[in-house]
Amino acid sequence: MAQVKFNEERCKGCELCVSVCPKKIIHMAERFNSKGYRPAEVTEQDQCIGCAFCARMCPDVVIEVYK
Amino acid sequence: MEKVFGRPEALQDREMHYCPGCTHGIIHRLVAEAIDELKIREKTIGIAPVGCSVTAYNYFNCDMQQAAHGRAPAVATGIKRALPDRIVFTYQGDGDLASIGTAEIIHAANRGEKITVIFINNAIYGMTGGQMAPTTLPGQKTTTSPLGRDVTTMGYPVKMTEMLNTLEAPVFLARVSVHDPKRVNKAKEAIKKAFENQVQGKGFSMVEVLSTCPTNWGMAPVEALKWLEANMIPQFPLGTVRDREGVAE
Repeated sequence: MAQVKFNEERCKGCELCVSVCPKKIIHMAERFNSKGYRPAEVTEQDQCIGCAFCARMCPDVVIEVYK
Repeated sequence: MEKVFGRPEALQDREMHYCPGCTHGIIHRLVAEAIDELKIREKTIGIAPVGCSVTAYNYFNCDMQQAAHGRAPAVATGIKRALPDRIVFTYQGDGDLASIGTAEIIHAANRGEKITVIFINNAIYGMTGGQMAPTTLPGQKTTTSPLGRDVTTMGYPVKMTEMLNTLEAPVFLARVSVHDPKRVNKAKEAIKKAFENQVQGKGFSMVEVLSTCPTNWGMAPVEALKWLEANMIPQFPLGTVRDREGVAE
């Protein structure tokens, strides 16, 4: 059981997290954050394995991982 | 549930000004993680360069000093010699370290200053608008080499890690990359080692980190990581070229 939390306001929509997720459960949201970027989000949280690849690649420390 | 990954204490909780997908943010976090793990935050002094990371003092949660362009190793020398019990590191880009600051880095390394240098190589000038850097690849297009770097008139990329490896004094010289999670972990190991050497009173340590510049390369961030892997690594091979126990007295 693992969980990732995204601080959407800090996300710049670079998609590096999307590119490294082994479960392919990170997507870019349809909405915009206040900076005008589409933030990354996880829709299938129950499939997260807590590998933290996304958090390690995030240049803006948007992602926290819980296990 | 327990938090297993989050912001290190040595990185301030504020938004960074870097472009989307710029790997400066990853490298800042790795430096901060190393400082946290070695429990040296209260005695660490960082030297910020000129370039995109000029305001690194706003991001690292330790004492910081900003230096004139390329002069970070000289400022670090002064601070380390005056306060030898502090951990002193410089954070410099390729325009700063490999161009205007070439003299300072070579002589600081040659004197075996007991400092840690984090050298960010993204093969281009970032802040000033994507001009050709000493590290620009042959054929690479920049605003000042619009037809691509022509080696017959502009020379070849400068390999700083290999250049410093010709000197006696440095104890640790490594080149790493941050283009995928595995390499990010390797980069972290090298950066931590470079700080650990200083904690143990060994000599000069430098880690060169291959980095991207999606904005000035004119690529999407994910594409830039792939370009780094395919084009930069053949020019700038990864690995530790020097790892010594210390300098002979």
